[in-house]
Amino acid sequence: MSSTWSPTVRRRMFCLLLAGGLTLGVAACGSGSGESTGGKVKITVTGQPPTSQPFERGVFDADVKEFEETHPDIDIEPHEGFMDPKTFSAKLAGGQLEDVYYVYFTDPAQIIARRQAADITEAAKGLKNFGDIKPELLDNFRDADGKLYGLPTMNYSMGLVYSRPLFQKAGLDPNKSPQTWDEVREAAKKIAALGNGTVGYADYSKNNQGGWHLTAWLYSMGSEVARKDGDNWIAAFDNDKAKAALNQLRAMRWEDDTMGSKQLLEAQDVQRMMGAGQLGMYMAAPDNIPVLVKQFNGKYEDYGVAGMPGGQGTLLGGEGYMINPKASPEKIKAGLEWVRWKYLNPERFEKHVQQYVDGKQPVGLPAEPTPDVWQGAVRDQQLAIKAKHANVPAENYQSYVDASARIKGSIEPPNAQQVYAILDSVMQAVLTDRNANIDQQLSSAVSKVNSVLAQVK
Amino acid sequence: MSSPRSSSVLDWPATASSRAGRPVASAAERRRNRWRRKLKENLTAYGLLCAALVVFALFSWYPIVRGVLLSFQQVDFVNPPTWVGFDNFTRLFEDPLFGVAWRNTLLFTVLALVFGFVVPFVTAVLLNELRHAKAFFRLAVYLPVMLPPVVTALMWKWFYDPGAGLFNSALGAVGLPGGQWLDSSDTSMLSLVFVSTWANMGSTTLIYLAALGTIPGELYEAAELDGAGLWKRLIHVTLPQTRFVLLVLLLLQVVATMQVFTEPYVMTGGGPDDSTVTVLLLLYRYAFVYNDFGSASALSLLLFVALGVFSALYVRLTRKADQS
Repeated sequence: MSSTWSPTVRRRMFCLLLAGGLTLGVAACGSGSGESTGGKVKITVTGQPPTSQPFERGVFDADVKEFEETHPDIDIEPHEGFMDPKTFSAKLAGGQLEDVYYVYFTDPAQIIARRQAADITEAAKGLKNFGDIKPELLDNFRDADGKLYGLPTMNYSMGLVYSRPLFQKAGLDPNKSPQTWDEVREAAKKIAALGNGTVGYADYSKNNQGGWHLTAWLYSMGSEVARKDGDNWIAAFDNDKAKAALNQLRAMRWEDDTMGSKQLLEAQDVQRMMGAGQLGMYMAAPDNIPVLVKQFNGKYEDYGVAGMPGGQGTLLGGEGYMINPKASPEKIKAGLEWVRWKYLNPERFEKHVQQYVDGKQPVGLPAEPTPDVWQGAVRDQQLAIKAKHANVPAENYQSYVDASARIKGSIEPPNAQQVYAILDSVMQAVLTDRNANIDQQLSSAVSKVNSVLAQVK
Repeated sequence: MSSPRSSSVLDWPATASSRAGRPVASAAERRRNRWRRKLKENLTAYGLLCAALVVFALFSWYPIVRGVLLSFQQVDFVNPPTWVGFDNFTRLFEDPLFGVAWRNTLLFTVLALVFGFVVPFVTAVLLNELRHAKAFFRLAVYLPVMLPPVVTALMWKWFYDPGAGLFNSALGAVGLPGGQWLDSSDTSMLSLVFVSTWANMGSTTLIYLAALGTIPGELYEAAELDGAGLWKRLIHVTLPQTRFVLLVLLLLQVVATMQVFTEPYVMTGGGPDDSTVTVLLLLYRYAFVYNDFGSASALSLLLFVALGVFSALYVRLTRKADQS
């Protein structure tokens, strides 16, 4: 049979189709998700630590194995990494977002408002120990109607991390940490007086971290950032307490010159300074201590954590897991069981702590290995197990533990990241401009924050 | 594209005898045949063109169209987008940072043009006047372009460090007081412009050099015979001869500098006191910090329109340059 097209034309047609096919193929790839087969429910989960953290990775992988053995009807596909806002929406749009995904406490409100999480109100009710979780932490994952969209798995409150060797060198008692901002100021003066570029107190002021820390400052002075006014949220920090907080910061930066000349800092910068032994104090949660020890070859004995100075309040933060809104009811059920079993399981406290002891990891810090999300008897049980296995000088952090029972913890404001971006500039103004007008900065920030809060649904 | 087979002799024997043996084709048929022949001859070209068009459509035009649509929608990537009219734009106009970002971007553009336009031109003129080691200096000027932008930004961040940074250490060594560079809202933008100029001047200089190379040597010789020095040669020969390249590069630089992102993102995060928040940095925040892709798209549409004006000017000028 003869063809309509000559061999040359046929070859050209083939090339054309191949080129078109390849193009469409490249464009089409990247969609689709691993669905379950063989009666098993397969779920993808985030939170797998990177291979650069071999201990944490090992614990996670062992937990996945154990979970699959004890739950033969659930197959876990772990994905490395935590929350990356840059890829979150793209993954969701492309059907690539994991079934169970990690979030910071700053994110749920916005994710819920954008309908990007599954409603787990009913499914969560049946979870074992659900009633032992601190209700204020669950509130972080609820919408205005009280529907639940996620579970908290870790919680921290801000305190004051300080260098015990620098305290000693400066003639301060490392066992007597500063309790008020005035004491912080005095200690910072003595530490900065050591010279050689030593900084008494440092704070963040970049990439929304400045706003985050300023919020903690405001809470510590007894101020709020936002409050509910009827059905709406409004800014609540144009007051004397906020002025006192900023004046304290200004005085330390410009009058005392105890905060160093370099500003626009973020977490890594400050941790590097602390790790290098050039910084006396900074505001942080106790989970910073293992970072300082591991990344800068420090010693647990060298660091102390005090409760938030001022004692009027502290900022609560943390992390949790939410479920993909496109997940089937079976996947939602399986996902919640994974989160409960892995992160919210009092029956595994002892085993989890033992994993840390065996791996020569710190136990006894007011942070990992067991999350501080419990109330009542479960919390007491958790504290007893940690105390029994403690391998770090827990007395160095006792001041923080005592204070956290006493100080009122407040969660982050609504639309937290946008509010923090605005407060960043207030922090920066005070830290980079000797003549910054604090009243003007505050009232300008209030009007900006009000326009952000007006969008809260 | 023409093929070697385009000669009609091969396809259409033109002898009278052969023509007599077949019916005379109608005009429409001839046109159809001609079209078929052309298609056959250029099939490969059309194939390659189609592939390129598909790639462009998918990866360039579709995102632009989608971006325009998104700017009028609220999106959550779960449910179908909902139309919100001009709400996203209203939100942008109500954002106090909106005006600040545009003002900062324009300031950066103006400063970047003052430095980024003049410095490479002067460098190119000087390099052109060199008698020896031309290649070495060309390479030396071009080297910074090869550095990844983030590396450049981080390196300059250390230069600017008010404590142990290169600049303040050097100033301190000769007894001068150090500056706050990035840490003061008075100097932060200027400091970023220096980085941008340093990083990008290599490629601009090379384009100027190429333009200078096209100027006929006789013009300079004639000018020299008339007693013109370097300055007069620059004013009366170099500038008039390179005016179109200058204008085109000016517009390209406007388009490029208005999209500044890496330097403020890496070096200042928009600070201090919002003095380096640019339009693209604000756009980034809307998209990836606030997760508001509708407003981010609205902002990108506004930037697109602003840059479109300059691009239209660019196209017009290059056409004019070609014609002349």
